[in-house]
Amino acid sequence: MKEMTDRRSVSASVARWGLLLLAALFVLLPFWMTTLGGFKSLGELRVSPLGLPRQWDATAYLDILTSSMTWQMMLNSVVITGFTVALVLIIASMLAFTFSHIRFAGKQYLYSYVILGMMFPGATAILPLFIKIRDIGLLDTYAGVILPQVAFGLAMSVLLFRTFFEQLPKELFEAALVDGCSYGRFFWTIVMPLSKPILATVGVFILVGSWNNYIFPLIMLNDQSVYPWPLGLMEFRGQYGSEWNRILAYITVTICRRWLSSCMRKNTLSPG
Amino acid sequence: MKSVDIALEAQRTGRWSAVKDWLYRQNTGGRLSTLLLFIPPALMVFTLLVILPIAESGVYSFYRWNGFTALSESGRWVGWRNFQFILQDPVFHQAVWNTAKIVLISLLIQLPLAMMLALSIASKGSLNTLFRLVYFLPFILADVVAGLIWRFIYDGNFGLVAAFTQLFGMESFYPLADRDWAFNAILVVVVWKYFGYHMMIYIAGLQSVPNDLVEAARLDGASRLQIIFRIKLPLIMPAIRLSIFFSVIGALQFFEMAMPLVTSGGPSGSAHTIVTYLYEFGIVRSRIGFGSAVAVLLFVMCAIFAFVYQRFVMARNTA
Repeated sequence: MKEMTDRRSVSASVARWGLLLLAALFVLLPFWMTTLGGFKSLGELRVSPLGLPRQWDATAYLDILTSSMTWQMMLNSVVITGFTVALVLIIASMLAFTFSHIRFAGKQYLYSYVILGMMFPGATAILPLFIKIRDIGLLDTYAGVILPQVAFGLAMSVLLFRTFFEQLPKELFEAALVDGCSYGRFFWTIVMPLSKPILATVGVFILVGSWNNYIFPLIMLNDQSVYPWPLGLMEFRGQYGSEWNRILAYITVTICRRWLSSCMRKNTLSPG
Repeated sequence: MKSVDIALEAQRTGRWSAVKDWLYRQNTGGRLSTLLLFIPPALMVFTLLVILPIAESGVYSFYRWNGFTALSESGRWVGWRNFQFILQDPVFHQAVWNTAKIVLISLLIQLPLAMMLALSIASKGSLNTLFRLVYFLPFILADVVAGLIWRFIYDGNFGLVAAFTQLFGMESFYPLADRDWAFNAILVVVVWKYFGYHMMIYIAGLQSVPNDLVEAARLDGASRLQIIFRIKLPLIMPAIRLSIFFSVIGALQFFEMAMPLVTSGGPSGSAHTIVTYLYEFGIVRSRIGFGSAVAVLLFVMCAIFAFVYQRFVMARNTA
C-alpha cells in the first residue's frame, strides 16, 4: 500500500516536472531563436535556425542602433505614450473624484454611461473615428493618436480611481470641509498625494496599452516621421522582406527595451 | 411709466439675487465650480471619441460611402443591403467561425493548461517564481511583436518549421500560406502569448484559498485530486469566470497579432477574424459604410455577450 502511493507520487512529480519544463521550452524557444537569429548571417540562419551562431556578427544590431530612424521612432513612442498617460491620469482622476466625493443629480447615470465604454473594443468605432480625426485635421499628428487612446483608456481608469477614492477615510474629507477647504483644493492637496499607488497602477496600465498599441497609429498615421515603434517594426519588416536576421535583431532590440523599462518601473514605483 | 420701470427693475434684481443666493448656497466649498471644471474634459473626450463614433457607425452602416467626401455628397442610402451582404458572405462566416475557434481553443486547451500550471506552481518558492516569470514573458510583448516572432518560426525557409522539414527530409512547408493550416498556426501563437496571463489570474485566486481548509481536507484523507476538484476549483470560481470573460472579449477584438502573420486574411480569406475582416473591407478598400456595418455587428455581439455573461454567469458571484 505504502509502496503504491510512493510510486504514484513519484509518477505525479515526474508528470508535473515534465509539464513545467515542456511549457517553459514552448515559451522560451521562440525567444532563443529570435535573439540568436540577429547574430547570424542569412545563410546560416537558413541552415541552422536553432544552434548558436558559428560567428557572432553584430552588424544587424549595430545598423539598427545607429540609424536615426530608430531613435526618431523611439522618441515618437515616448511622446505619444507620455501624453496619453498624463492626460488620462489628470482627467480620469478628476472625473472619478466628482463621482466619489461630490453629490449631484444624475451621478449614477453619468457613471454608468462612462463605464459603458469598457465593454466595446476600439474596432467598433475605428471608421468614424478615422473620419472625425481627418476632418479635424489631426491625421499624421501625435494628437491624432493620443486623443483616441485617451478616450478608450478612460472607462477603466475612472472605475479604478473611483474605487480607490471611495476607500479613503471619510473623516479626512469632513474635517477638511469643516475647516473651509474647497473641493478643488481638497482634491489637489489631499487626495492626489494619497493616491500614489492608484496613480501608479492606472499609469502602468495605460502606459503598456499605449506603448504596444498598433491599430490607432496604423490608421491615423501615414507619415513615417511620426511612426511609433510597433508601426516602425512592421514597416521595417515590409522593407527588408525576408532578411530575417535584420528583422530578428530589430525584434530583439524591441524586447530588450521593453524589459528594461519594466524593470526600471518596478524600481521607481514599488515604494509607492 | 417710471414706477413701472422701478417695479420691473426691482423684480429683476429680486429674481437675480434669488438666483445668486441659490448659486451661492449650491457652490459651498466651490462645489459647482469644481463640477464644472472636473466633469467636462473627460466627458467631452469620451463622448466625442467613443460614444459618438459608435453611434455614427450605426448611421454609416446604411450607406454606400467611400469616405473621401462628406456623407451628404458621396454617400448613397442602401438600407439593409450592407448587412445582407455581410451575413451572406462566406468569408464573414469563416471570420466568425475563426473567432469562435479562438474561444474554443481558450476553453479547451489554454485555460486548462494555465490551470494545471497554476496548480503546480502556486505555492511560494524561488523556483516557482522563476517558472511564473518565464510563463509570463510572452504576455509583456506587444501583439505585433509576438506575431512577427512567429512569422519567422513558421517561415518555411528559415524557422522552426524549416528545421523540422529539413530534419525529416520533407519538402519545405509554409503553414501560414496553407488554407487548412493558417488559422491553426495563429491559434498556437494565441496560446503561447496568453496562457501565462490566465495562469497569473488563477495563481492570484489560489493564493487566497485558506491553507487550513486544504490541511483539514488532507487530514480527513482527501486525495490530491479531491482537494483540487472539491476545494480549490470551487473556491476560485470567480477567477475562472473572469479569465473566461477576458478570453472571449479578447477573441472578439483579435486583430493586432494577425497583422504580421497573414496579410488580407491569409490564403483565400481563410484566416480572417471579425476585426481583420472589418479592417480589410472597411479601411483597406475604403468602404466606410460596409465596414461600419461589420462594426455594428461586432458591437451587437459584444453587447449580447457582456449582458448575458454579467447577468447569468458573473451574477452568481454574490449567490
